[in-house]
Formats: sequence, structure tokens, C-alpha cells
Amino acid sequence: MNRIVVVGNGMAGVACIENILKRSGDFDITVFGDETHPNYNRIMLSLVLAGEKQASDIVLNDVDWYRDNRIHARLGVAIDSIDRETRTVIDAQGRVTPYDRLILATGSSAFIPPIPGVDKDNVHVFRTLDDTRALMAKARKGLKAAVIGGGLLGLEAARGLQVRGCDVTVIHLAPTLMERQLDATGGEYLKRRIESLGIRVMLPRQTAALCGNGHVQGLRFADGEELDAELVVIAAGIRPNADLARRAGLRVNRGVIVNDYLETSDPRIFAVGECTEHNGQTFGLVAPLFEQARVLAAAITGEAARAFSAPNPAARLKIMGVDIFSAGSIDEAEPGVEVVRYEDASLGAYKKLFLKDNRLSGMILVGDVADEDTYMEWMRTGADLSSLRRQILFPPPATDTGLEIADMPDSETICGCNGVRKGDIIKAVHAHNITTLAQLKERTRASTSCGSCSGLCQKLLRAVAPDFSEETKTTLCSCVPFSYERLREIVRGQKLKSVEEVLTVYGNRKGCEVCKPALSYMLDMLWCGDHDEDRSARFINDRVHANIQKDGTFSVVPRMRGGVTSPDELRRIADVADKYNVPLVKVTGSQRIDLLGIKKADLPDVWRDLGMPSGQAYAKGVRMVKTCVGSEFCRFGVQDSTNTGIELERRLENLFTPHKFKMGVVGCPRNCAEATVKDLGLVGQDGSWQVVVGGAAGKSVRKADLLVTVESTEEALEAGELFFQYYRENGNYLERSYDFVERVGIEKIRKETVYAPEEEKRNLLDRLRRSQALAHDAWLERDRPVNPTQFVHIEPLEKVGEPQLV
Amino acid sequence: MNTEHRWTRITHASNIPPREGRAVKAGNVELAIFNLNGRFHTIENSCPHRGGPLCDGIVTGTSVVCPLHGRHFDLLSGMPVRAAESACLAVFPTMVEDGVVLVDLSAARRAA
Repeated sequence: MNRIVVVGNGMAGVACIENILKRSGDFDITVFGDETHPNYNRIMLSLVLAGEKQASDIVLNDVDWYRDNRIHARLGVAIDSIDRETRTVIDAQGRVTPYDRLILATGSSAFIPPIPGVDKDNVHVFRTLDDTRALMAKARKGLKAAVIGGGLLGLEAARGLQVRGCDVTVIHLAPTLMERQLDATGGEYLKRRIESLGIRVMLPRQTAALCGNGHVQGLRFADGEELDAELVVIAAGIRPNADLARRAGLRVNRGVIVNDYLETSDPRIFAVGECTEHNGQTFGLVAPLFEQARVLAAAITGEAARAFSAPNPAARLKIMGVDIFSAGSIDEAEPGVEVVRYEDASLGAYKKLFLKDNRLSGMILVGDVADEDTYMEWMRTGADLSSLRRQILFPPPATDTGLEIADMPDSETICGCNGVRKGDIIKAVHAHNITTLAQLKERTRASTSCGSCSGLCQKLLRAVAPDFSEETKTTLCSCVPFSYERLREIVRGQKLKSVEEVLTVYGNRKGCEVCKPALSYMLDMLWCGDHDEDRSARFINDRVHANIQKDGTFSVVPRMRGGVTSPDELRRIADVADKYNVPLVKVTGSQRIDLLGIKKADLPDVWRDLGMPSGQAYAKGVRMVKTCVGSEFCRFGVQDSTNTGIELERRLENLFTPHKFKMGVVGCPRNCAEATVKDLGLVGQDGSWQVVVGGAAGKSVRKADLLVTVESTEEALEAGELFFQYYRENGNYLERSYDFVERVGIEKIRKETVYAPEEEKRNLLDRLRRSQALAHDAWLERDRPVNPTQFVHIEPLEKVGEPQLV
Repeated sequence: MNTEHRWTRITHASNIPPREGRAVKAGNVELAIFNLNGRFHTIENSCPHRGGPLCDGIVTGTSVVCPLHGRHFDLLSGMPVRAAESACLAVFPTMVEDGVVLVDLSAARRAA
């Protein structure tokens, strides 16, 4: 009496098995799946399409899980029929498998509207991993793609294709997007946001036919209008897969009809998931399926059964940079419902809250989902909001976050998707010594599906885990709230090429003095000049290539490689100092000469008269290489430090770095040019060089770490270049090399630079060379300014009088 | 605001790149004109803190950050963005006509 057969290896079927296993180990379980993949997270397919996740990232239960739990997995095997008399299922090969209890978890299929031409080539649906792979294989730059359906899935598919370079149009039957989750205003905000990403939206449009000869070539709408399309994705909703049940004579309407305990009309057969219909309702979101799985497991294991009731619907659009969240009942016409709303068109923010008896019953959040947790908490607890009415649109942050957690009973569900309760988390934390969210996810599955409870999980960990450590990934700033690492991925993956683009798609559109220069650096480093350089996003020093002083004048430091100069250069410097009445001429600590007090308007002429390249003394970039005299003249020198320093400077000059980058090369361990307190230093020894990194002698004093010791000068230069490029690519903006080395660790840096596989080293050097080839002396802008007023004070077109204050 | 403005023709709008500022001398006062993606605003060019050239600051939304010490001013009102910071700046009515930036130098206003 304990053989369970599950038909369907998707999220609902496997959730049932997991819930049964949690309660009892007495069952012999066989699962059939017509897809050949182990159970994966279907919700995440759009992230795979968008390139944010790999197929392997979304596997929920790998092959080992089935083996470890002694589950017979028959993957790639479809069930043909059910013989209720003999209590057996018959698969496509005619093999017969007996059951005591049968669970139907056959899911749903994409609904294909009856439009002529849907059978043409390059017309796809987007339901499975195989569908996703097929779309990925066809998507290419410039391909004209049309997505029929402007719901959650359609929009996510559209963005995924667009990220892959396609030219995408979304066609939707209703007058607004996502009309099941949003009202008309919310839909309009969403439409604007989607269009700002560069996706065309056409609505309301009824597709009359797909045209083309074999391959699809376009769409024709009911009004006769046409649209070119080489690829069509149909995302027009889902249909429960109820055929198997229907053929077996079970009661079926749109879906397999189940009672409150998920029993079908045959008490030995249960059904769960998107194939079911309960109280006239079918299902398409994940939370109700997990609830069903729990109820079913309780019923099947004979636990005191509780009745299923569909939880509040909650839906989130998974497109990065487009914040849409909708939950609860959003029917304004419902008697007794009051609405509170807020909108700001320039911010693209729209909030609408639905209240019934002073309790939150539903919400629409567009463009601003910061308060989602608070709202969900209010809705879940049915909190009386009478006293909070004035703050309801912008609720104050909880003062004692621990209190909220303490108030919550252990039976409270934290992760609705995976049915993890507060008590489960606390037990797991203590049993497995969990200290991070990542560990918690691994142990309990909490926060692994939609991720909306991750904030709550963090709070819970902070309150419960004695050694809780926040996974501190420094976010750039509140304008673009992503970690540096993530942002680099985004910029690279989504091919964003201007600061404005990044701020528009992933930020608050405004940016600030912190993130704008940081993003400027990131774009320059990743695209090596193949991007839209936006001077307005850079600090004044990087707009005019000089260092602003307290009186608004600038200092000018020409490049003097290795601190080596000539009588000619010195004469020109002296002439410039005379000609422009330079108030102060000073030798710097970097073996260079600084001309201070130059007016912005004089900069181009000063540079021209100097006839020397920019020393970048103003930039977060390569400053200089300080050298000692070395073996050429010094009686102790064992290595040619001056010429090596000049060569090092030549190889790296004009490049930008996360923070200023100073170098030193010395010809013997006496270290006269202080190479061991530089970002990069080469210390000459008899017959070898020590390459040292992460030194500092400024705000902090830090002796550099030894990266590697090598024999030849060329090897030393190359080791320096490897570290330099590695820092450029992995350092956070405004992170000096000494902080970088401490954060990353010198062992890891060695492994990924000088001890990296040859190919990786070559790639690092290639990227450096590519950047170097595109970098140029900034002072050449004296003849080619980026705009006509880059250096000039504007002269009014007509005579102006003294301004007056009124 | 006055109905009658006395506009002075300052410069071609194209001389001030989007999200940047440029300085212009008016008598003994230096002004900074900013281009907020097509809308122009004029303020005094001297930060009340240490006289920093605000025209050289980074623009964030509708405010500017002084390049010397990071004081932050709203370009529309001239008010400091952080309440605790120093005094307000005078703002001058500004408009664009036929591609030329016009400033009314007779109607500067200073909040509080």
C-alpha cells in the first residue's frame, strides 16, 4: 500500500515528493517526466534566456538527489494512459507500472491561439528549458523578433531576446500590459519603462495571421496592419495538461478537478500544480503549487489533513531594472475597498494600495518596490492600519528589526515558494551552524525561488544566528544599488555603453558624484574606448586633464618618464613658467615638476608650449614610475632601474585605474626610490627582480607584498602588467591597490596573475594591450577639444550690466 | 515672477553640453549656466563655503556638487540640498530662444 507514482517531474511534482519525504520514509516513489532534465526552476527560465543564469544554475534537484532519496526517476518517459481498474500507469513504450497512490502533476502547456500560420518555422513557445535553448540558438544581433503576449512571461521573453541583440516588438491583445496584475495606470507606467529599454510595444493588437513561406516572415493584424518578424514567440497564456486524466475518466473541466485535499474524483488519484482546477480556479504562479504540495503530502501520509485554499496571488516581473510587484486582490470595484495611490511620472514610480476595513488587501507597485516587505507583512498579518494611514505610502522603516522577527510565530511561513517556516529556519541555523544567507539557501531552500523573502531571511539570520555575517558585497551607491561585480557583469552582458544608459536601465536615472565617475571608469575599462564617453559624468580634473586647486585654478604636471628629463624640457618648462606668470613651480615627490596656479583657459596653450605629454597627475590613473639611478651610474646598482622604469611607464601610461596608481623601480635592495611603498614596485637584486604590489606611503603606510621573483627584466615587466590589469578589472572604484590586495588576498592574486594558466595570462595581457592601443595622451585635446567650450570662459553675446538681486 | 523680463543674450545653447555648466562673467559677478538636458538654469558661480567654481561640478538630477569640497546645491532654487549646509545661492531666470540662452540679470532671487 505504499507505492506512489508521480506523473510529472516539474516543480509541483517534485515539491510533493519532497514534502512526502519530510513526513515519512515509508513510500516507494517512482516519478515519470517527459522532459529529460532533472527538476529545474521553471520560474528562472527567463533569466537563462537573458544570460543572467546558466541552465545548470537553475537545477533544483540533481541526479544525486533522486538517488540519495531512493526515488526511481524515469526521465524522458511520457505516460500514455492510466488503468484505474488494475491501478497501473502505462508509459509510451507500453511498460506497466503499478501504483497504490497516483499523483498527477502534468503541468500545463503554452496556449497557442488558433491563428493561421502558427505552424511555420521559427514560431516558438517559451515554457521549457528546451524552448529556451532553441530561442538562444536563434537569437542574434539585429534579428526581428515579435512576442505575442504582454504578460509576465511575454515581457520576460522579450527582454531576454533583446539582451541577445534582437530587435523586439511585444504585441498584446489587451489595451495595457500585464492587465491581470496591474491596473491601466500601472500598465501604462510599465509600458513606458519597457519602451525606454528599447522594446517596441504594440497594443491593443489582435494578430490575424503569421505570414511567410515556410519560415515566418511577419504578422498581420486584424486591422490589416503588418509587422516584419523573423522569429515569433507565443506567450499567450497556459492550458492545463488534463488529457491523461480525461482519458482515464476522471472529472475534468479546464483542469483536473480536485477537492480541498487535492483528491480527484478517484480517491486513489491526486493531482497537483498547473494541471489542476480547484473551486473553478486554475493556477499559473508557483506559491499556490507549493501550498498544494504541502496539503497533498499531509493527506497522503495520513497526517491530520488541512484544507487547501489558494494563497494570495503575488507576482513579480523578473526583468532587471524594471521593478513590478503585484499582490492580493486588486479589484477596485469590490465593495468596501478603498484605494490609496501615489505616482511620480518623472521617477516612473506608481504605487496603489487596496484597503478593506483598514487592512491591506492588495497592492500594485511599479518602479518603487522598496516597501514591498512591509506591505506583504501588513497583508499577511492583517494589521490594522488606522493609525498608520498618513504614512501608508511611505512607511517608516522598522526601528527594531529584531522585534518584527520576535513577534512572528514559529509556524509562520517565511518562504512562500518553498514552504519554509520560521521554525524550520531556526532549527537549521542551530543544527548546521548556519551563518550566511548562502548556507541558509542551501540547507533549507528558503529564498531560492522568487527571492522575495531574502530580506526577511537576512533579518531572521541576524536575529537568530550567533555568528551571522552579512555577505557584504559593497554596492556602488544607492543610485545604482548593485555590487561592483554584478555591475561589471551587467555592463558587459547587456552591452551598455554609456553612463546614462546604465543609470536609466539599472539606476535612478540621476546618478551622483560617486557613481558617475565610477561608472565612467567601468565603461572605459570594459570597452577600452569603444563606448560613449560622457564628460559630464566625470570629475572636473578628468574633463580638463589638470588638477583643480583651492582657488579654482589648475596644476599642470607633464610626464617625465622615470623622473628622467633633459635640458630642452627644463628650458621649455622655465619658459612656460615665465610666459604664463606661473605663481609656483615645484618639484613633486614623484620626481616631476608641477606648475601651479594655471587658469583653465590657458591649459591648452600651456600644454602646447610644454610639448610634453600629460603626467595624469590629476587622474585616477597611472601616475608615474619613480626610479633610482641604477646600474648605469650608481656604484651599488645591480639592475638598470631607470630604463626599466621608463619602459614600465611607457607600457602603462595614459590608462585609467580604480584609484591613482604609483610605481617605483629600484636598482638594488637599498630601495632609494621607495619601490616597496608603491602600488607596484620592481626591486632589483643581483640577477633577479622582486615584483612587489600593494604598497602605500600616503594616508596609510603599508609595505608591499611580494608577488613574485623573476630573473629577467622582461618577466618582471610582464608580472607588473598582469597585476596592473588584474587590479583594473577587479578593483572597486576608489579602492587603492593596498586595500585591493588586502581584500582579495595576495595568494589569490598570485594564482590569478603570475601563476595563472598561460591562456588566462595571455588574455589579461591582450586586454591590457587593447586598452593601451586605444588610450592616448589627454593633452592632445589642446588641438581637438571634445566640445568648443571645454576650456573657455563664455563671453556674453551682448554687453552685460551688474546683476541685481530682487 | 515678474511678467516683464529684461533678457540678456548670453551664448548659444550648444556651447553648454548636456549635464555640464559653464561660467560667464557679468560685471563683478561670475555666473554658472547649466544645461539640464535642454533646460537651462543659472546660479552664482561661487560656492558659499570656500568659493569653489560650481560650473565645474558634477550635475546629479537637478543639483550640482561643488568640485572642491562636495557641497550640494539645487539649481532651481539655489538652496543647499543638505539642510545643515551653508547659505543659499542666487538664481537667475533663464530661458532659451532661437537657440540662444537668455538670462535676466535684473531678477536674481535668493531663497532665505
